[in-house]
Amino acid sequence: MADQKTIFKLGKHGLIILFGLLMLYPVLWLLSSSFKPNELIFSDPGLWPARFTLENYVNGWKGLQGISFSRFFLNSATISVLSVIGNILTCSLAAYAFARLEFRLKSVLFACMLVTIMLPYHVLLIPQYIIFSKLDWVNTYLPLIVPKWLAHDSFFVLLMIQFIRGIPKELDESATIDGCGQGQLYFRIIIPLLVPALITTAIFTFIWTWDDFFSQMIYLSRINLFTVQLGIRSLYDPSGSSDWGALLAMSVLSLVPIMTIFLLFQKHFLEGIATTGLK
Amino acid sequence: MKTAHKSALWRRSGTAYLFLLPWLIGFFGLTLGPMLGSFYLSLTKYNLLNAPVWLGFDNYRHIFTADEYFYKSLTVTFKYVLFSVPLKMAFALLVAVVLNKGIRALGIYRTVYYIPSLLGGSVAIAIVWRQIFDGEGLINHFLSWFGIEGPAWIAHPSYILSTIVTLSVWQFGSAMVIFLAGIKQIPADLYEAAQVDGAGKLRQFGKITLPMLSPVIFFNLVMGIINSFQVFTPGYVIGDGRGGPVNSTLFYTLYLYLKGFSFFDMGYAAALAWIMLIIIGLFTSIVFVTSRFWVFYGDGKDGR
Repeated sequence: MADQKTIFKLGKHGLIILFGLLMLYPVLWLLSSSFKPNELIFSDPGLWPARFTLENYVNGWKGLQGISFSRFFLNSATISVLSVIGNILTCSLAAYAFARLEFRLKSVLFACMLVTIMLPYHVLLIPQYIIFSKLDWVNTYLPLIVPKWLAHDSFFVLLMIQFIRGIPKELDESATIDGCGQGQLYFRIIIPLLVPALITTAIFTFIWTWDDFFSQMIYLSRINLFTVQLGIRSLYDPSGSSDWGALLAMSVLSLVPIMTIFLLFQKHFLEGIATTGLK
Repeated sequence: MKTAHKSALWRRSGTAYLFLLPWLIGFFGLTLGPMLGSFYLSLTKYNLLNAPVWLGFDNYRHIFTADEYFYKSLTVTFKYVLFSVPLKMAFALLVAVVLNKGIRALGIYRTVYYIPSLLGGSVAIAIVWRQIFDGEGLINHFLSWFGIEGPAWIAHPSYILSTIVTLSVWQFGSAMVIFLAGIKQIPADLYEAAQVDGAGKLRQFGKITLPMLSPVIFFNLVMGIINSFQVFTPGYVIGDGRGGPVNSTLFYTLYLYLKGFSFFDMGYAAALAWIMLIIIGLFTSIVFVTSRFWVFYGDGKDGR
């Protein structure tokens, strides 16, 4: 009886692991193919490269039109890091006001904030593009970064509001008695306690910005401004004549920062999704 | 007394508005303003260079009466949403239920199943997808072991959408993590009581797990619908970027993009965007309205 149970359990684990491998297969295929010589990529379906080469990485890194991938990575990193800082700062400022302060029109503005969370990006796309192009910001990083410095991702504002509401108000009160103004209260009491929510915000802002393709494609057309995503898309020719080895090698590298962050903050990450419903 | 209170509120409002300043600028400058602007533009013909020309509702009339691409792109998007959202949720729920029962190494499995959600939105994975579903790609190679000759998944207009749907379903991990957290909240004594009463596993799932999870299912459904309507990258990269083959990857967002940024018909694209907003709003409200009948909020507790 006990043996039967063990066998059943083992069988279940076996199935789960098999299914997991199946799930990971595309990623593993990408990784292994990036080390295969070009002529073997599509003829050898095995995961272990029969012939191992780094040539794809060398070729891919050269980039296109004389601009190497180090430039694209630097560009992506610049946009992502500046977006993270902007989101953390301005979303937490707004969240503090909504969660702790009394002001005129608060309920109206709060409702507006909630509605913007559900608003599809495409409704704002055309007029935003017109505004940014009138400001002469097309082919700069400003259209990608400035919205993050204006707390445009209301989702994170809401996340932080809910977090701040969980912080005991007694802390604020005793700090006020000790003579803290609102500014000090925000910096000394709220921000340190808000760190978990700030980390969640930082992680997701980084990943979404890094992975973003649509707005980067719309606003950036000069190759020296290209991001990693745009670089890969340009290496890739849908009609089939791409240098697949180089393309796959750079694809692998494009996923490295995201994977690293995920593995570093894994626990935080999965809990963040579970409690807030982030993607 | 009351006026003193009021003026104090005004004074404090000053500080609050200082904190809110970035958000306020963003709200008026990047959200509310553009929304109104977008509606105005949708009533005009505008190509970014010349001043907008007033058309009234001509754009909308043309879209509904004379634009076959509009209907084509709606069909493609509806098909995508209709297949990908339920399939993804079903997978996520199934795997969550299997994983939950006090299984060992849950953390590792959860991580492995989550990885596709993490990477799936990137251009890199979309390229991989195109490659493994290609006529001579891995999927057909695999099918040939069983003597099945797979179709040209990418090149054939009737199959390419299904490869894009699989890419979406493959990313069931994030919904699964949310379900796992929801299942954890269900009190164990419910199951114990059911067991005592002689309810089988399937019945327990139907009578306890599903109703208790319904608020989470509701949340996932709403977010799934909103996000799926806006999908762009997979269709753009797996297809040819212009909606081909034979408009089978002409997602609504792609059509909007092409109108706005290839043909520079910004007024028309703004009208398309407004129609999209209304459609998404309609679908979301249908889910909200019906939720009264199937979402169960136990003992006065909110779902989220």
